[in-house]
Amino acid sequence: MALAKDYASVMGRNNEIMKEAMGLDYNQFESGEMRFDYEGLMAATGYTLEEIQRVQSLTGVGNTPMLELRNLTALARKYAKPGFGATILAKDEASNPSGSFKARRAACAVAHAKKMGYKGVMAATSGNYGAAVASQAAMQGLKCIIVQECFDSKGVGQPEIIEKARKCEAYGAEVVQLTVGPELFYTFLSILEDTGYFNASLYSPYGIAGVETLGYEIAMQCREKYGKDPAMVVCTSAGGGMMTGTARGLMKAGANNTKCVAASIDLTGLHMASDTAFNKKSCTTGHTGFGVPYAVDPDHSDVPRSAARPLRYMERYVTVKQGDVMYITEALANLEGIERGPAGNTALAAAFSLAQELPDTEYIVISETEYTGAGKHVQPQMAFARENGIEIKFGDPNAEDIPGTNLILPKDPSFIKTIDMDLDHMRESFIKKACKKANNYDPCEADLEFLAVETNSSVEFVKAAIAKLK
Amino acid sequence: MAKKGDWVRIHRVVLDAAGRAPSCPEDTAKVPLEMWVKGFLMADAEIGDEVEVETATNRIEHGTLIEVNPYYTHSYGQFVPELVQIDKQLREILFGGDK
Repeated sequence: MALAKDYASVMGRNNEIMKEAMGLDYNQFESGEMRFDYEGLMAATGYTLEEIQRVQSLTGVGNTPMLELRNLTALARKYAKPGFGATILAKDEASNPSGSFKARRAACAVAHAKKMGYKGVMAATSGNYGAAVASQAAMQGLKCIIVQECFDSKGVGQPEIIEKARKCEAYGAEVVQLTVGPELFYTFLSILEDTGYFNASLYSPYGIAGVETLGYEIAMQCREKYGKDPAMVVCTSAGGGMMTGTARGLMKAGANNTKCVAASIDLTGLHMASDTAFNKKSCTTGHTGFGVPYAVDPDHSDVPRSAARPLRYMERYVTVKQGDVMYITEALANLEGIERGPAGNTALAAAFSLAQELPDTEYIVISETEYTGAGKHVQPQMAFARENGIEIKFGDPNAEDIPGTNLILPKDPSFIKTIDMDLDHMRESFIKKACKKANNYDPCEADLEFLAVETNSSVEFVKAAIAKLK
Repeated sequence: MAKKGDWVRIHRVVLDAAGRAPSCPEDTAKVPLEMWVKGFLMADAEIGDEVEVETATNRIEHGTLIEVNPYYTHSYGQFVPELVQIDKQLREILFGGDK
């Protein structure tokens, strides 16, 4: 008998489909009402850092150059007080085979799928990860299906996402494109069930372990070139995998004094699943619409427990505006002679501002760059904004920016200023969601300790946060 | 007329508005969930016909035939005058322009 394929029926089979599609029973890591064994989940990959380096090097992934952005550093120093303005370094992840750091995550996931005997891999992603999985599937000889959220109900596609579809198809993948909505996951599950392919989730332990090499390389390259660890590493934050993996890699390298900072574009007020808001955003990644919900509630992704848990690792979470990222993208091309896409440039806009807080003897690293091209270059993004009625002008982004209404370019580089999010507020929000999910506002000692680790806080902090909820 | 074996793009409504996820925001809940897929046409057909295709991963999908030999139209976009202003400003700040 054919299985019912309506929304509720498919979603109801989520657990069985996932178990088949990942070859991993997540139940074994559950140990309490709230807690689970995160390190056990990460260890379940069975891959050490060295093994992952080996797997990645087989397909030319990793060991990307670390570029010193001399002119951008000089520019930042013009706005810093004397003796300040850290040297800005960029990990040039665009030189990975698929053009972004996502190749690291895909290399491990696809290699694992192959080892387990799956015939194909699937991922639900509108971003670089699709291209990365498609590229790795091509290299490792597996079939690949990428499911994208791409169009609004008028059939207008985000140019950046259409470009990703082109790249996936160039690597031989099948691309299933959808209109906006939370049912991306439903469609993904339904095809996963039909094909029996591997769920190459961004949030699997393989996906996160793959990023650890990035953090490790950052520490090693910085030591080799400059004789010290970076003072700060800035990660563009959406689903939280970059932040999690990079921080874990830095720790494995012993870079314990390096501050991990997450950065997102502030898109407050634009609902991510809204049909009318879909094409009102001018770039589709690294924004608060993903960054915040995934930080405070990591377990709402396409796996039962996400291996990306950024709140454990971030020491600051800063935002920049879309106009800052557009401006710094143009600056990177004009002053450094390298054209790169928006993902890494979110961190770069933040680093440009953060560098001014640090002494000029320190180093600040942005953890990634990404490729650019038709659709995702700064010009088509701004042209698309204008076509969608977004006002573009020079001004003070922090004073004038209204996501979905305008795009304010900083009137000079001094107006590129990060804004710190209230991390304690996010921690409280995390704790609130965890209690609500378990329907338990009086957690046991072990769960309290778990929540303290999850939020990089203390048992006292967790208790105080729960007391506020009662 | 599209021939069997042509590379085509099809369109299908996956969920009508009434069947959408409860978590949909109000505006999204009013419209259907639509899907586009490419593949090899399984039998001769006209644009607008209900057809079957075999995709790049050999799945059989069905939907309305909307495009034969589909191609990409995304581009580098219309000229954005602000960008050359940024370039000019940066060169002046850092290198003093032509002075």
